[in-house]
Amino acid sequence: MRVYCAVFALGLRRYSTYRAATAAAVFTNVVFGLINASVLLALFHARPEINGYDAADAVTHVFVAQALMGPAAVMGPPLELAERIRTGEVAVDLMRPASPLAWWLSHDMGRAAFTVAARSVPTFTAGALVFPLALPEAPAQWAWSAGALALAALIGFAFRYLYAVSGFWLLDTKGVSALSHLLAPVFAGMLIPLVLFPPPVADVLRVLPWAAMVQVPVEVFLGKDTVPGGGPAGALALQAAWAAVLLGLGALATARAARKVVVQGG
Amino acid sequence: MASLPSALRHGRAPRVPVYLLLVWTWCRASAQYPGSLALLGLAQAFSAAAELTAVLVVFGHAGELAGFTAREAMLVYGLAALAFGTADLLMGSVERIGDHIRAGSLDTLLVRPVSPLLQLAADRFSPHRLGKVVPAAAIAGYALATLDVPWTPGRAAYTPVLLASGVAICCAIWTIGACLQFFITDAREVANSVTYGGQALTEYPLAVYGREIVRAATFTVPLAFVTWQPALYLLDRPDPTGLPDALRFAPPAVAAVLCALAALAWRTGLRRYRSTGS
Repeated sequence: MRVYCAVFALGLRRYSTYRAATAAAVFTNVVFGLINASVLLALFHARPEINGYDAADAVTHVFVAQALMGPAAVMGPPLELAERIRTGEVAVDLMRPASPLAWWLSHDMGRAAFTVAARSVPTFTAGALVFPLALPEAPAQWAWSAGALALAALIGFAFRYLYAVSGFWLLDTKGVSALSHLLAPVFAGMLIPLVLFPPPVADVLRVLPWAAMVQVPVEVFLGKDTVPGGGPAGALALQAAWAAVLLGLGALATARAARKVVVQGG
Repeated sequence: MASLPSALRHGRAPRVPVYLLLVWTWCRASAQYPGSLALLGLAQAFSAAAELTAVLVVFGHAGELAGFTAREAMLVYGLAALAFGTADLLMGSVERIGDHIRAGSLDTLLVRPVSPLLQLAADRFSPHRLGKVVPAAAIAGYALATLDVPWTPGRAAYTPVLLASGVAICCAIWTIGACLQFFITDAREVANSVTYGGQALTEYPLAVYGREIVRAATFTVPLAFVTWQPALYLLDRPDPTGLPDALRFAPPAVAAVLCALAALAWRTGLRRYRSTGS
């Protein structure tokens, strides 16, 4: 266990050295937040209420989504593991007396923890300064939201771990990553809130694992009773179930791959 | 080295054949991973479809925004994706200049007898980006064909000029953004907020954002000339924010000025460049 704590701390420290890149990422998240929020404000000016969302909900959705961009890594970056599989360096990882899944999970959670403090908080604060946002009132709602955020980061890792280990079979995972980093924002509710889709489509999209990274945490934050799962506890249970399924698949794939891995080159 | 054109072996090479040779080399390189290439192309097409869906969902709820219908918004989206997609295809690799500076590989480009900007533009040329350009052209074409555009010979002749100007403006913005990395190595993400952010902004009729944004996108970062003014021209309607109609004939001039600025930024950056020595 101590080794994983050390890897977690390492991931946290490593990303905290990229200060300029972090500031640039916050800037980009805020710019995209402002653009998306302006479009939705224009829309909600024409239609004050759509499928249970009002203008404040929509703008809050945009900035919570931008704040989740770092921790849940919906649009990347891919895990370094992918590149290590391609170059064969993964052979060293497999020799360590530690589970690769837990190793990379600790590393990525270190990264996620850093981005919460250095990206999510400033991005959301910038949004709150420009627009009136719908903030939770009860302390319990803040606690539920924090839980939803942690689970979103876990699911984000699980997805990227699966993409990375697909490299054991595909060698080059750039295609898989690119495809997922373009599709995930749509299915997650990052591009536009999923509730804007026609209700039958939205109801399906909202229970899929991608929605558990953005749409579900946003609805928990907004305190919507219509959230998949019927309330914050149900929503977090749904997220936890998806995290378990995806991490289980990751563990399975790792076990399969470790048996077949042949290191190329020399 | 038999496949290199003779000019490349004897000093400074002509630009176009070398560019095509480099582009072709990278196309063959990406064809080495056909699965990835197909997925990357598909991903680009999906992203265009998803963005269009978002535009249509928003306009589906609103009916009309800033006086634009869903079909007209589709034209604006098509123009934006076409201009930015083509610029990404031609100049997208330039944004990796920061990596080249850090790794020292820019030095390698500088000692070759070919323009370094040209080499950078062709570096890792990605044919999969056509996966975005082709659907974008289809979307813009479909919108133009089904909208009631008052076609005249002049309008038909000016439309390709508008499209080319849009691509040139995007290429120039991309290059200027990349040149920032000569001065600040980590500026890539900031440049992205203008390049990708610019695309996100111009995907909707600009008037949706209000007068101030239209003014800013006209007179500071001239993104208004990529989709907004061309769309106003094609639809033959006055500017709802009250700017003069003459502006819709400005895109070629704006493109020329921006390209000159990009060239200046590139030369300044290159002159200031000191190798990392590694």
